[in-house]
Amino acid sequence: MTTFYRLNLLPPHPSLPFFRMKLKPNIATSDAGFIFNPATGDSFAANPLAADILARTKTGQDAAAIKADILERYDVAPGQLEKDWDDLLAQLRDFNLLD
Amino acid sequence: MKLPYERPTIRKLTAGALNKFGPRAGATPTTALDGVRVEELVARFGSPLFVLSERQLRRSYQAAVRAFGTRYPQVQLAWSYKTNYLNAVCRTFHQEGAWAEVVSGMELEKALLNGVPGPHILFNGPGKRRADLERACAVAAVIHLDNADELHLLLDVAASRPAPPRVALRVNLDAGSYPQWDRFGFNLENGEAWQALSRVVASGRLELVGLHCHIGTYVLQPSAYATAAAQLAALALRCQRKLKTTVQYLDLGGGFPSTNTLKGAYLPATDTVPSLDEYAEAITGALLAAGFRTGELPLLVLEAGRALVDDAGSLIGTVLATKRLADGRRATILDFGVNLLFTSFWYDHHISPARQFSDQTEPTVLYGPLCMNIDMLRESIALPLLSAGDQVVVHKVGAYNMSQWQQFINLRPNVVLIDQTSQVHLVRAAETLEYLQQLEQVPVHLQS
Ligand SMILES: Cc1ncc(COP(=O)(O)O)c(C=O)c1O
Repeated sequence: MTTFYRLNLLPPHPSLPFFRMKLKPNIATSDAGFIFNPATGDSFAANPLAADILARTKTGQDAAAIKADILERYDVAPGQLEKDWDDLLAQLRDFNLLD
Repeated sequence: MKLPYERPTIRKLTAGALNKFGPRAGATPTTALDGVRVEELVARFGSPLFVLSERQLRRSYQAAVRAFGTRYPQVQLAWSYKTNYLNAVCRTFHQEGAWAEVVSGMELEKALLNGVPGPHILFNGPGKRRADLERACAVAAVIHLDNADELHLLLDVAASRPAPPRVALRVNLDAGSYPQWDRFGFNLENGEAWQALSRVVASGRLELVGLHCHIGTYVLQPSAYATAAAQLAALALRCQRKLKTTVQYLDLGGGFPSTNTLKGAYLPATDTVPSLDEYAEAITGALLAAGFRTGELPLLVLEAGRALVDDAGSLIGTVLATKRLADGRRATILDFGVNLLFTSFWYDHHISPARQFSDQTEPTVLYGPLCMNIDMLRESIALPLLSAGDQVVVHKVGAYNMSQWQQFINLRPNVVLIDQTSQVHLVRAAETLEYLQQLEQVPVHLQS
C-alpha cells in the first residue's frame, strides 16, 4: 500500500471504476458467448464461464455475488478465481469493451 | 460433485482465423504414457519428469534394421552415444544388437562399462587426445580418423603397440545438402582423403578397416545420402585397386530426421519428412550399383541417433503461472525451460495437456522458469485454458535433451523408463544440492 501512495497511485479498491466489470452500453452479447462491438465492428467469443459472468453483470448482479456462486458450483479455489477474475477484466479492458 | 472449472476468457474473432486444423488442434490430451497415467507418474516421481518408452526404443530400432536389412545383405547399427547416453537407453539398443558410436574418452568408457566389446566401438570426433587414442588401441576400438594431426599422433602411439590399431577414415564431401559439413574428417574433392588413405596404408602401422561419412543432422534429402554412399563406395573400390586394401565397412553416419517439426517450418514434420525407407532405398541402391563384386559388398554401418530415440522420450511438466504480456498475449510459465529442453531451439515441439479440457483454446507463449530472455519453449501455441498446477506433456524429446541438458538455475529432474509390461523404473535420480556441491571446494580463507 505504501508503495502506491509513494508513487502517487490510487490503492486498488473494488468500487473504483477501473475494477468494475461493466460493459459499454452499446456492446451486444448473446447467451452463446458471442460479443459484438457495433462501434468498431469487432467481435469476440467468450467461453461458457466468461459468457455466464457477462450475462449476470448485465442483469446487475454484483461481483461478490457472482463469485460466491461460482465458488459454490465449480471446482475452483477462491485465490484462483480472484486471479482469473482480474485476468478477465484485463482482457475486457484490453479489447476496449469496458465502460 | 462440483462442475469442472475452466477459467473465464474471451477471444477476438478475426476474419479467416478459423484454421484448417480445426479448433481442437493441440488440445487432444495425453493422459497416459505407455499405459501409465501421467498423474500417477507425477505423484510418484515429481515434475518435471522425463519418461522413456522401452517399447518405442525397441520399435524404432527394429524399424531401422528392417528398413536397411531388407534391402542390403549386411547392416550394422552403431548407437550414437551423445544423442542419449543414459545407460538404460544404451543397453536397450545394445540388447537389440547395436554397436556403439562414441566421440570422447568419456563416452568410450561408458560404452565399455555397458559391456560393448572394444572392436564394436567406433570412435569418432575431432577432439581425441593421446590418452584417448592409447585407451582405444588398448581395447581394440576402431578409431575414425578426423584430421592429419590425429593421424600422426596415432602413428606415434601405434609404434609401441603390439598389433596395428584398426582405423577408418572420416571423409567429408559435397553430397548436395546444405550446409556442407566440411569441418570433420578429410575432404574428398580436394584429394586430402586420398592422401590420408595412402599414408595410412603405406605406414604399415595401421589397419584400414572402414570409410566413414556423416553428412549432417536432420538431413531432409535422401538423395544426398545416395551421393555420399556412391562416393564412399567409389573410394573403397579405389583403395582395393590402387592400395590393395579391402575396406570392410562403409559407415554412412546418422543424420536421419525424426518427425519433430523444425522451427519456422510451414507444415508439420509428420507430413513432410521422408520415411527411413526412403533413406534406406537411396543408400543401399547406391551401394548395390557401385560395382562391388558379388560376395564382396562391404558391411553397411549406420549411426542413426535422433531417428532411433526421439520418439521414445516425453517430458512431463507443470504450469507454474499464467500471465498476460503488455500487448495482451497470454503467457504460460512452466517448470521446465531450455535448461531441460535444449531442442526447443530447433523444434516447435508438440505439447499436449495432460487432462481433458473443453474445446476452448487460446494462443499462448510458453516460457520456462529461468530468468533469461532466451528461455522460451514456444513462441505461440494453441492450448486449452491451462491454469497453475495443470500438467503438460512434451512429445518426442528423446534425442539430445538428456545429454545436452544444463544444470542452470535448476537441478536436473528424475528420468524414468517404462518397460514393455508398463512397469516404471527410475533410471536417473533427480539431482540434489549435495550432488551439485560434491566437487566444489571452498578455500580456507573463505570458510569462516
Ligand atoms: C559422427 C556422428 N555420427 C552420428 C551422429 C548422430 O546424428 P543424428 O542424431 O542426426 O542421427 C552424429 C551427430 O551429429 C555424429 O556427429
